[in-house]
Amino acid sequence: MKEYQTITEISGPLVFAEVDEPVGYDEIVEIETPQGETLRGQVLESSEGIVSIQVFEGTGGIDRNASVRFLGETMKMPVTEDLLGRVLDGSGNPIDGGPEIVPDDRHDIVGEAINPYSREYPEEFIQTGVSAIDGMNTLVRGQKLPIFSGSGLPHNELALQIARQATVPEEEDGEDDDGSEFAVIFGAMGITAEEANEFMDDFERTGALERSVVFMNLADDPAVERQVTPRLVLTTAEYLAFEKDYHVLVILTDMTNYCEALREIGAAREEVPGRRGYPGYMYTDLAQLYERAGRIEGRDGSVTQIPILTMPGDDDTHPIPDLTGYITEGQIMMDRNLNSQGIEPPVNVLPSLSRLMDDGIGEGLTREDHGDVSDQMYAAYAEGEDLRDLVNIVGREALSERDNKFLDFADRFEKEFVQQGYDTNRSIDETLEIGWDLLSMLPKDALNRIDEDLIEEHYREDEAGEEAEAVSAD
Amino acid sequence: MSQAEQTETVDEDGVIESVSGPVVTATDLDARMNDVVYVGDEGLMGEVIEIEGNLTTIQVYEETSGVGPGEPVENTGEPLSVDLGPGMLDSIYDGVQRPLDVLEDKMGTAFLDRGVDAPGIDLEKEWEFEPEVAEGDVVEPGDIVGVVPETVTIEHKVMVPPDYEGGEVTSVESGEFSVEETIVELDNGEEIQMHQEWPVREARPAGDKETPTEPLVTGQRVQDGLFPLAKGGTAAIPGPFGSGKTVTQQQLAKWSDADIVVYIGCGERGNEMTEVIEDFPELPDPQTGNPLMARTCLIANTSNMPVAARESCIYTGITIAEYYRDMGYDVALMADSTSRWAEAMREISSRLEEMPGEEGYPAYLAASLSEFYERAGKFQLINGDEGSISVVGAVSPPGGDFSEPVTQNTLRIVKTFWALDADLAERRHFPSIDWNESYSLYKDQLDPWWEDNIAGDWSDVRQWAVDVLDEEDELQEIVQLVGKDALPEDQQLTLEIARYLREAWLQQNALHDVDTYCEPEKTYRMLTAIKTFNDEAFEALEAGVPVDEIQNVDAAPRLNRMGTAEEWNEFIDEIEDDLKEQLRALY
Repeated sequence: MKEYQTITEISGPLVFAEVDEPVGYDEIVEIETPQGETLRGQVLESSEGIVSIQVFEGTGGIDRNASVRFLGETMKMPVTEDLLGRVLDGSGNPIDGGPEIVPDDRHDIVGEAINPYSREYPEEFIQTGVSAIDGMNTLVRGQKLPIFSGSGLPHNELALQIARQATVPEEEDGEDDDGSEFAVIFGAMGITAEEANEFMDDFERTGALERSVVFMNLADDPAVERQVTPRLVLTTAEYLAFEKDYHVLVILTDMTNYCEALREIGAAREEVPGRRGYPGYMYTDLAQLYERAGRIEGRDGSVTQIPILTMPGDDDTHPIPDLTGYITEGQIMMDRNLNSQGIEPPVNVLPSLSRLMDDGIGEGLTREDHGDVSDQMYAAYAEGEDLRDLVNIVGREALSERDNKFLDFADRFEKEFVQQGYDTNRSIDETLEIGWDLLSMLPKDALNRIDEDLIEEHYREDEAGEEAEAVSAD
Repeated sequence: MSQAEQTETVDEDGVIESVSGPVVTATDLDARMNDVVYVGDEGLMGEVIEIEGNLTTIQVYEETSGVGPGEPVENTGEPLSVDLGPGMLDSIYDGVQRPLDVLEDKMGTAFLDRGVDAPGIDLEKEWEFEPEVAEGDVVEPGDIVGVVPETVTIEHKVMVPPDYEGGEVTSVESGEFSVEETIVELDNGEEIQMHQEWPVREARPAGDKETPTEPLVTGQRVQDGLFPLAKGGTAAIPGPFGSGKTVTQQQLAKWSDADIVVYIGCGERGNEMTEVIEDFPELPDPQTGNPLMARTCLIANTSNMPVAARESCIYTGITIAEYYRDMGYDVALMADSTSRWAEAMREISSRLEEMPGEEGYPAYLAASLSEFYERAGKFQLINGDEGSISVVGAVSPPGGDFSEPVTQNTLRIVKTFWALDADLAERRHFPSIDWNESYSLYKDQLDPWWEDNIAGDWSDVRQWAVDVLDEEDELQEIVQLVGKDALPEDQQLTLEIARYLREAWLQQNALHDVDTYCEPEKTYRMLTAIKTFNDEAFEALEAGVPVDEIQNVDAAPRLNRMGTAEEWNEFIDEIEDDLKEQLRALY
């Protein structure tokens, strides 16, 4: 290992150094400042004689006399089952005061792509206990389903609720109760200390920490480190899932901060920027994170991802949510309006979507009527929403009886189906029964998305009586 | 790739000068533009994209972590080519035609390792060759010398390669051969094998293009009925995320009546490709009943696979499509998504520090897109036969904004435009093809086919549907202001008819066993049933029946069940009879 004192330029998070032997692209670098502090970085570009290095902890304290060591390998994550229950910083060092981590193996953090031929198509229903997700945007094992949120919205509460409640129902009935639990790997990127405490308190309160690994890069930690944190998280997740047979739920928050870091580095490297200054390769970069979810044929474990991002200005056409939406398998959309009405969780189901839903629901998986009920509620809620605009102009009296029923449906859908609170855990049966209670408000012939036999079976002829029952079931 | 098998000595090796992501520069490499090279100690596959003095720039098709200056670069002296021959159907390739199942075996892991290569077709497997020429026959380039049963559905035709001279046949074999054994010899010394190679960036030669007059029947009502695509035509499907591009593409791949389907997953989701890999072998081909994979070639370069291979996968796909076209087949190529391809070009262009055009895309974006789409068409082949390639490209405009460069440059080329709409998708109206914005320029040239094969009044009935939908669009604006009840009764009725057109006819459930495929006869019949309702309803209205009563006839909501009805002919007859009876009973 050769040591150089040849730094020629320091600019933002980048350091340029002259070398007299070849250095590999992506290799890890250690920089020792004259004060004796050791910083880590990664080779961004390697040419004959000169390399550019991106320093994770920021370049503060580095001067031209600092020494640069090339470690001759790409960045690795030490992995072991003992990571469960531990809290690490954004670079993977323990910060919980616990014992040192003795790794079983060290894995390259730039994961290789899963061969699409070796994947197994995800179709195992995960019951999150949240009606807006289970009923309308079902999550399955191995899916990547982000939460699109905005500043000030309770996305953390929803993520925590999912982490607490997520189970795969069939296994719950069996004796192997632990088998259906998820190992939760939590990657924080640039969140505030307060938010971090909120997560940690909840993990500790519910005892979830035992089956969790926490990576913390806080808002005042170096931005460049955010580049590494999600890769450490996902490397750990892949290890636990595909080598140790865990079902892993990965929560990444906040992807917006990750993308900001990406932009910062791109700007420091004087790259040609793409939309809104984000680098042109952001799609590829994000895909390399999000695509590390899934199932592999012949392995028992799975990686399910719930990345959280806050949309700047609640704008879902902003490059961060936009590119994310093109890669992930749907999105859960939080809504400011619903939030101010006190709906918990304030999920707007209309722009939400789960692409893997259709194969994860139905007879044998959830319930035979699930698909039809969900489609019908989408259509009816959308119609009700449209009518609300109209009511503002012409008033309710000007609408037909049929239209009024749709309006009522939309109201009750929000107040009874979506609204449930962060501590209510609804089974899929309960969710669908509430669905039928609501759909039975509408005339039978308006239920054009539902199979006629299913209408016969589930439609509440005596709506008033059912309503009372629904309330007691809540 | 066949380059691995090339044993002839190659030009002098070069040395890596710098590495930045997928872009590597090398010195002292004696290479031509677009030559394939092997980079570094691990032998990663790459392609020469720029030569400047002694400095050669290479885009590498694999991850370059750990590769450093000083490592060797080996030139194969050949441009990026695909292996063509029997065995391509029922296969799944990455962007440079490496079979993914073989890679899994060779790498021994579910993850894609580096530096592993495999030929695009199995070079050892023996195929039953049945000659169609005899000694003494004279053959020319493109002529068929014999056939091989490639899959249960497709007979693979062995052709004289287009770059041969042709001549008199001096010997012909028959029986089982591997693809590299010579099966036909010509008097000028040329030897013909089942295996050919062709550089992907060069179109295979063909004769003149003809005007396509036959529709590519897709089994999707909104596409067949309102915005048809011709065999040999081009179409674009732009739409924001979540609007159903991929499902629409997959429906076309499953149900369209092409002989061969080449499906390119370009920079899309891994799980989606897995779904195709798992589903297609189990689904029957609607034309033959054989497994769908028997006519399908899949190319999967998911979003996290190397970006340079994403750039090349489109070319790999279209070259394979051209090869089957040369056999006289009608080929349909689906590219999902061309935006990812354009982004791959942008990414590489920016690493080369080229002067960017609009939104950072390279200035040659429009040229590359049109070059690609121009490889589609209905062709007179060099052997005198006819063959076609239809191209359907999905476009993923950022933020769903159709004014961005990829959508705009695509629209300047393609003749069918299926615009997907997020609003429709949100209310689960699928396929979410917006009937107000979409168009097809093939309509008129395809009408004669419909009139000859389906119904003589086809174009009139379709025009009626278009008019009603147009009128609805205008009326909706008024309804937004004053409410539906403020409209005159006839307009209210029009809205009701339009609602059935949308919900019963345009909407189609891809997940329903029956509704997922709708034959053209049924598409026509369903439309005429709604028209019957329309005609009868307006007669009732004229006779003084209030519009509420017309809307509430029992039979009308049953129109919504037409799509899912198995015995549709009887079902629709019955509805029509009931409608007539019930409406006439009102006056």
